Amino acid sequence: MPASQPTRARRGKSKLCLLIATRKGMFLLRDAGDRRSWRLAGPHFLGHIVNHAVLDPRDRRTLLVAARTGHLGPTVFRSLDLGKTWKEAGRPPAFPKAETPEAKREVDHVFWLTPGHASEPDVWYAGTSPKGLFRSADGGMTWEGVAGFNENPLREKWAAGPQDGTPDGPKMHSILIDPRDARHLYIGMSSGGVFETRDQGRSWQPLNQGCRADFLPDPYPEYGHDPHCVRLHPLQPDRLYQQNHCGIYRMERAEGRWVRIGEAMPKKVGDIGFPLVLHPRDPDTLWVFPMDGTSVWPRVSPDGRPAAYVTRNAGKSWQRLDRGLPRAQAWWTVKRQAMCGDTRDPVGIYLGTTNGEVWGSRDEGGRFVNLARHLPEIYALESAET
Amino acid sequence: MKVYIPSPLCSYTHEANSVAAAGGSVGELLEDLDRRFPGIRFRIINEQDEIRRHIRIFVNGNQIAGLSAPLGREDEVMIVCALSGG
Repeated sequence: MPASQPTRARRGKSKLCLLIATRKGMFLLRDAGDRRSWRLAGPHFLGHIVNHAVLDPRDRRTLLVAARTGHLGPTVFRSLDLGKTWKEAGRPPAFPKAETPEAKREVDHVFWLTPGHASEPDVWYAGTSPKGLFRSADGGMTWEGVAGFNENPLREKWAAGPQDGTPDGPKMHSILIDPRDARHLYIGMSSGGVFETRDQGRSWQPLNQGCRADFLPDPYPEYGHDPHCVRLHPLQPDRLYQQNHCGIYRMERAEGRWVRIGEAMPKKVGDIGFPLVLHPRDPDTLWVFPMDGTSVWPRVSPDGRPAAYVTRNAGKSWQRLDRGLPRAQAWWTVKRQAMCGDTRDPVGIYLGTTNGEVWGSRDEGGRFVNLARHLPEIYALESAET
Repeated sequence: MKVYIPSPLCSYTHEANSVAAAGGSVGELLEDLDRRFPGIRFRIINEQDEIRRHIRIFVNGNQIAGLSAPLGREDEVMIVCALSGG
């Protein structure tokens, strides 16, 4: 998601809303105005698996939801009135009909949604499982595959097969758009790595130098890595960060090499996790939420003690943030799309947990309070100014 | 002909659990259903024109394997979501 501009000047006008995508539907958590009291609304699409819900920061009106159920095919719903009414995409993301049985591909679910560049107000991108990149030019109602990726002769090598994915399937995620250039995009694939295009998706280059892939025979391959979440700073678009399967990294694009900044994390906690959130105004500040990536990858908070970590110097040092969070025996974690920040000052930080709780901090992670509980497993959490 | 709609798809048919549709084959019938209830077909049939993994289609009580199965005007079609998952 491109971060919006600071909202300080218009605080009186806009209202904050958290969009909660869960395994059993979508919910809205609306701020009464001071980020102290919140009202839960929903569910929308009860029983649907909702992987992502995003409100377009360009118009603050177009809300897209990536949904499917256990039985029915994947689709995208759109609302222009914050969930009062919905319209389904006339042509959801789908691969072309194959000419041979071996070439058959089927979108299992839409995993990621990204509003397009500011100069292309109706453009959206979607990443799917299995890995595919799709584009809509009409605000999410019809979708076309980005042929330069989906039909690329190297795609099968880059994206590999169904084995090269998460337990929920291989994912295309972290579709990032350079705010200076609508033709310049990055994508992340779990697994496959980070890729870049400078011609709006016609051609792609791997961008993984310096990043480890210690699960492969060659730990520094050209591609095949497992970025969990990649972010580009909107005010400094040549700086990228990623939370990877093999640590936390930063890249200055001119250098073209990932530098592991997670090694400064406490050794007992490590630098494995899924989400990564950037400060909307300070490119040196980011938050992560480590998880237990030892042995069989339990994917829970290390030692059952959940905590976010923040760096304010681009990864030279990290500070633990756990005030207000459970102190022990809390075996949840936060998925890659389920941690977000708002654009207020100080920045609000929000966590959507695997056990269906939403936690929020009004002071950049200084203290968390519970905002909602008893929800289904949370897959994604996005903040929006409405 | 009469088409029985499973409850997960009734949001498309204005909550009706049976509707009328026409076609000389299951594929044509689903095209007609989609004209009447936009979006319903893609949730049943994937982009390779295959019946989705957890969907079954019966014609006069017999399960059919693909969209080319022929239909007569008096046939009864039942779309079923398999009982699976949690």
